[in-house]
Amino acid sequence: MRELADATLLAAVAVGSVRGASALAGASWPRRSPATAILLWQALGLAGGMAAVGAFVAVGVNDERTGVAGGLITVARRFASGQLANRGEGPLLTLLHITCLAAGMTLLAVLWWMLVMAFAVVVQARRRQRELLTLLAYGDPKAPGALVVDHPAAAAYCLPGIRSKIVVSVGTLDLLPPAELAAVLAHERAHVRARHDLVLIPFSSLRRAFPRSGLIARAHWTVALLIEMMADDHALRTLVDRALVERGEPLPARELAMALLRFGAAGPSCAPEGALAVGGGEITARVNRLLEPPPPLPRAAQAGIIAASALLIASVILLLVI
Amino acid sequence: MEVLWQSDSALTVREVSNGLPQNLAHTTVMTVLDRLAKKSFARRERDGRAWRYRPAATREAYVAELMLTALDQTGDRTAALARFAQSVTGTEAEALRTALARLEGHSSGGDTRNGL
Repeated sequence: MRELADATLLAAVAVGSVRGASALAGASWPRRSPATAILLWQALGLAGGMAAVGAFVAVGVNDERTGVAGGLITVARRFASGQLANRGEGPLLTLLHITCLAAGMTLLAVLWWMLVMAFAVVVQARRRQRELLTLLAYGDPKAPGALVVDHPAAAAYCLPGIRSKIVVSVGTLDLLPPAELAAVLAHERAHVRARHDLVLIPFSSLRRAFPRSGLIARAHWTVALLIEMMADDHALRTLVDRALVERGEPLPARELAMALLRFGAAGPSCAPEGALAVGGGEITARVNRLLEPPPPLPRAAQAGIIAASALLIASVILLLVI
Repeated sequence: MEVLWQSDSALTVREVSNGLPQNLAHTTVMTVLDRLAKKSFARRERDGRAWRYRPAATREAYVAELMLTALDQTGDRTAALARFAQSVTGTEAEALRTALARLEGHSSGGDTRNGL
């Protein structure tokens, strides 16, 4: 009955990850230490996915001697020799095993395919943006290190990648005083340098795979917000260094918060309602955090969360291999 | 591309060369136009032995396409680019406008910039 014990434990880990994720989505501590929270999100997502696939496959391979991974090889050999049923099992049991195996493998294939597709979509969209920028954008001394696009709406973004680009619109240059523009550029440079885009891609691929899941939509939204907070923090650190050199500069947190407020206030009020409903309050959350920064989590708590994440992943791998 | 956008009619490679501020080799201009045509930014038509090029869309159309992705107005938040600020709903924009007005009024009243 060892394979059933494996399957039960894996299913428990999968359910636990989902429970953990919904608790994490509602928790307030992540805004204190966004990087640690993102690590926990990644661990929950990875462990939950692997455990869900593993639970199905564990029932499907039904092997007493080896673990899930070893059992899968045995089953593949058995299928290759044209034998579907295990020794001495009835047709109903064989059907159950094959159904579970197929379900597990389908889930795995869907998750992989969606991840590959998410990467493909991103790569294609970036290539198009690059081509358009080559034709349309120009440099401007007001925004050093950034490309400028002639459009009245306020937009500032970065195109991550090996040849990364930071882009601002003329509307942004008109909207922001120089110090606030510098804060925005520092925020975008933080994204580019830390390759934050790679963190978000698995979550957006999950969202494509399960568009109706409220939990996944919330996870995606929360991780995206945490990434922005991380870039805010990073921008502040680089700006504080510079502010110390040029004395008398106002605190950069306020510059960044003001820039965010100006962006939000200038935002299109005609945005399609509903499509963006889940994203409501994002700028408000970041502005509040910048103006009244919460204390970061104690080091011991951060270490505990990191250890728990590692333990979670390790336990799933052990369940699968042994 | 700028030269093509400014012209009303389709241009040959030589006409584009003449319209450029700097003096580039004929083959260089030809290569660039060829690549623009391959990427569908320019359309070309035969005129005797030469090609004539015209832009596939107006400059404004391309800027609009670029900004549509940049402003995230499709509602599908892709990970292709990292925006400084996400689109806001009407109610949040209203709240932010109020907060902005309050903060700006605050800082012009006295030097409290470091105190917040």
